[in-house]
Amino acid sequence: MSKEKFNFVEAYYRYKKIRRTEERITEIYPTDKIKSPVHLSIGQESIAVGCSMASSKKDIIFSNYRGHAHFIAHGGDYKAFWSELYGKSNGLSSGKAGSMHLGDLNINFMFTSAIVASSIPNAVGYALAQKIKNLSNVVLCYHGDGAMDEGVFWESINFASLKQLPILFICENNEYAIYSHLKKRMYQANIIERVRSFGLKAKKIKNDTFTIFEETKKILKKIRMNSTPHFIEISTSRLKDHVGIKNSPNMKKNDSRLIEDKELLFLRSKVKDFKKIDKKIESEIDKAIRYAEKSKYPKQNEILSNVFSNL
Amino acid sequence: MSNSLNLSYGKAIYEGIYQSMLNNPNVFIFGQGIDDYKGHYGTTLNLHKKFGKERAFDTPISEDSLTGIAIGSSLAGMRPIFVHQRMDFLMLCMNQLVNMASKICYLSNGIQNVPIVIRASIGRSWGQGAQHSQSLYSFFAHVPGLKVIAPTTPYDVKGGIIASINDNNPVIFVEHRMLYENKGLVPQKKYEISLSSARVTKKGSDLTLIGVSYTVVDCLRASEILKDKKIDVEVIDLICISNLDIKTIIKSAKKTKKIIIVDNDWLYCGLASEIATQVSEKLKFKIPIERMGYKFSPCPTTRNLEDNFYPSANVIAKKAYEMITNKKDWTPKKIINKEILEFKGPF
Ligand SMILES: Cc1ncc(C[n+]2csc(CCOP(=O)(O)OP(=O)(O)O)c2C)c(N)n1
Ligand SMILES: [Mg+2]
Repeated sequence: MSKEKFNFVEAYYRYKKIRRTEERITEIYPTDKIKSPVHLSIGQESIAVGCSMASSKKDIIFSNYRGHAHFIAHGGDYKAFWSELYGKSNGLSSGKAGSMHLGDLNINFMFTSAIVASSIPNAVGYALAQKIKNLSNVVLCYHGDGAMDEGVFWESINFASLKQLPILFICENNEYAIYSHLKKRMYQANIIERVRSFGLKAKKIKNDTFTIFEETKKILKKIRMNSTPHFIEISTSRLKDHVGIKNSPNMKKNDSRLIEDKELLFLRSKVKDFKKIDKKIESEIDKAIRYAEKSKYPKQNEILSNVFSNL
Repeated sequence: MSNSLNLSYGKAIYEGIYQSMLNNPNVFIFGQGIDDYKGHYGTTLNLHKKFGKERAFDTPISEDSLTGIAIGSSLAGMRPIFVHQRMDFLMLCMNQLVNMASKICYLSNGIQNVPIVIRASIGRSWGQGAQHSQSLYSFFAHVPGLKVIAPTTPYDVKGGIIASINDNNPVIFVEHRMLYENKGLVPQKKYEISLSSARVTKKGSDLTLIGVSYTVVDCLRASEILKDKKIDVEVIDLICISNLDIKTIIKSAKKTKKIIIVDNDWLYCGLASEIATQVSEKLKFKIPIERMGYKFSPCPTTRNLEDNFYPSANVIAKKAYEMITNKKDWTPKKIINKEILEFKGPF
């Protein structure tokens, strides 16, 4: 697709909505209305936006505890998201899960895990089921660079290759696992080569929203046609601390990215009426926050509900 | 105590590790982020600067293999300490701990041993939710060949970490996030506590409260509340989960003739059940025994459910009152533990 035909309005909307959501969380956090850890995605928005715009509605999303961006970009229930952060009964999981475990089956967004790499084999299993059932849906599996430290990551991609499963692994390489840099964790940081050696098609993609969209779109088409596992790596920066709302101590204080986001400005420059979109986003956020604030906490007997399935 | 300092639980752990590393060049420590600026609640702060990167280092997120690596190094004479930010992450180490570490001594006919220490924090409070708050120590205590301890006070945590490092067996060392700031007197010298003794923290005659790790704090607060009703309870800090000090418990039971075990975990197939069973096996007469612990569900994230997921001081006090008086006419004022109220994350 040519850049001219790309839906910049939608890209700007998703990107800015993620950014503003995270900023609003940052503002609210000191009031202690959100009493649980949040792993913010500020700085990593382009990946979620590009990949989500390239994927189709039937595709299945596996994310992790740093899932706000993915959830919003793929169109998860936004009001229920805020209610979940507030721990309210009309949240995604009645407030019992919180920010680290978002999920919305209406958009095939699987509930996320806060144990590093633990849902990667689940994503592979979901892809296995698509193949057995002869469906054309693709599984998108977002994960961090740190997840690739775990043996289960490599065992999972080996299996995905062995069975030629319809899955796209999306590595958001922000170079850090909490405060540990990649170089302290991997002897060789040549991620792409290592993944290729397991038989997956792997590609490093330049970090801008349009390129991520365009490349992902092509790859997803291939996966849908041939059922082959693919892997993409995108270099990115997490501007906030690993968890919580402070700026990342891994960034220099005068880093220009902390002052202005070039990608956001670029997307904005492609949108004539960006002010209108900004207004729309702000009003959506306001409404969702008001909804969450007004909602009730779950009743005490909810503690014991859904430990086992009632289906 | 002379030559003692008023130290936090976190600092006491640090002292124990520092002195052990100074004393024995075979002791080394590793784990995710142990060399970062927070140094795992201060317990490992700057150890890499003092002892070098070879003896104190950060690791990849590879719990399973690193447990095996700790075991391997111990077979070669080292004494590794492997630190985990959360107890939950030990689930990735199960094979190495249960199938390897606990078996090597037995299978080698006692020729080999595995002197490793696995430190893990229980992460209760502030919306840690289902995967970052679990205790799970009874899984390990179930297995012959593993020792499991969970000290509560700064004194015991320092003596406990030193004893664990010196012990010739694998020790799972359980810490609690809400205890790191607790202060108490800690001798400056290097000392060990027994890995099979409980401690009577408060003497009393009307009922015995048995706590472990953070629930000891709840039991002590309950004993304060009960003073309003002129009830005098004894509080036992279990400390050792695998080598249960049943003698101390029986002695107390003979005196008070009533026991409440407040576990820091689910009750089903757990530590509290083990204690209750051993008490009823060893006592010649029958006494009432109650168990309290987590609600039998994953830990909910939202605060209004999280508060009731855990046994609290007022609920413990109410139960004790009812057991002693056979009356249900008193509901003690609800108190939320101040360290839990004050804790504002983000982790
Ligand atoms: C099995 C396990 N080990 C350790 C942790 C603690 N932990 C939480 S997030 C994280 C870093 C993960 O880094 P990465 O995969 O790069 O994701 P990022 O946070 O950078 O998005 C660690 C070590 C955990 N949650 N699970
Ligand atoms: Mg990372």
